Amino acid sequence: MSASLIRHALALASGLLFGLGLIVGGMSDPAKVKGFLDLFGAWDPSLALVMGGAVAVGLIAFARAARRERAWTGEAMELPPPGRTDFRLLLGGLLFGVGWGVAGFCPGPALVALGAGSEAALIFVASMLAGMWFHDRFLARAA
Amino acid sequence: MQIAWSSFTPLQALLGGLLIGLAAALFLLGNGRIAGIAGIVASPWMALRQRGWAGLLSGAERSRLVFLAGLLLAPWVWRLFAPWPGLTVDVGPLGLVAGGLLVGVGVRMANGCTSGHGVCGLSRLSLRSLLNVLVFMAAGFATVWLMRHGLA
Repeated sequence: MSASLIRHALALASGLLFGLGLIVGGMSDPAKVKGFLDLFGAWDPSLALVMGGAVAVGLIAFARAARRERAWTGEAMELPPPGRTDFRLLLGGLLFGVGWGVAGFCPGPALVALGAGSEAALIFVASMLAGMWFHDRFLARAA
Repeated sequence: MQIAWSSFTPLQALLGGLLIGLAAALFLLGNGRIAGIAGIVASPWMALRQRGWAGLLSGAERSRLVFLAGLLLAPWVWRLFAPWPGLTVDVGPLGLVAGGLLVGVGVRMANGCTSGHGVCGLSRLSLRSLLNVLVFMAAGFATVWLMRHGLA
């Protein structure tokens, strides 16, 4: 197998597994996500276990990645550099959290639901892309 | 607070989480990329705007595009083995547009979402990511409280 075929197979497998994990965990359903966000009503803690399970595996993976120069396929490790802890980190989190609470979608589950043919997800994803464009066009930090 | 035992699905949630962690591990160790969905969507698009088609189809971005294809195909693979569980949205088109716009602006401003800052950032023991997660969780709790209890 050529190196690029292996790269693509791994990336495809990662995306598929990620999506299947969201479906298994119930996270592709905004109602389930809102059940978690309804902390002061009838609270469904499932999302916390999804996050906990993912971080448990992630901790091991990131510890191993920190000791590597390159990935298995030879691609460079693209770990984001330490960013600034500033107003933008907090305001961005605030806006994201409000949007997440209103719609019940965040980017990953919305894309999975879009793949499943959900019209609601299509509206959400199109608006999300517009929001990303708007940020980059008008609100990005001056370089 | 009271726990909704009838809708709580601890085993499926934990199994789903482990699969997501495995996916993030594979993308990280295999392809050297962070499985943060907001970033995976934005990065090829930025490359396209900055460097045209050559940027979009560069090696670094191709892995991300293939990952996105996998994410979109996941429901189809799921349907080979089990019925699609379906989904319920309790807001109309306006809510979806408003939610989408806010999520889009927010994840770009903070450079990450539930997967980038949540799963990957917490796994990297990043203090910034922890701060971001605490803020978006609190904002999500407050928003749903307002919509379901505060304004109702």
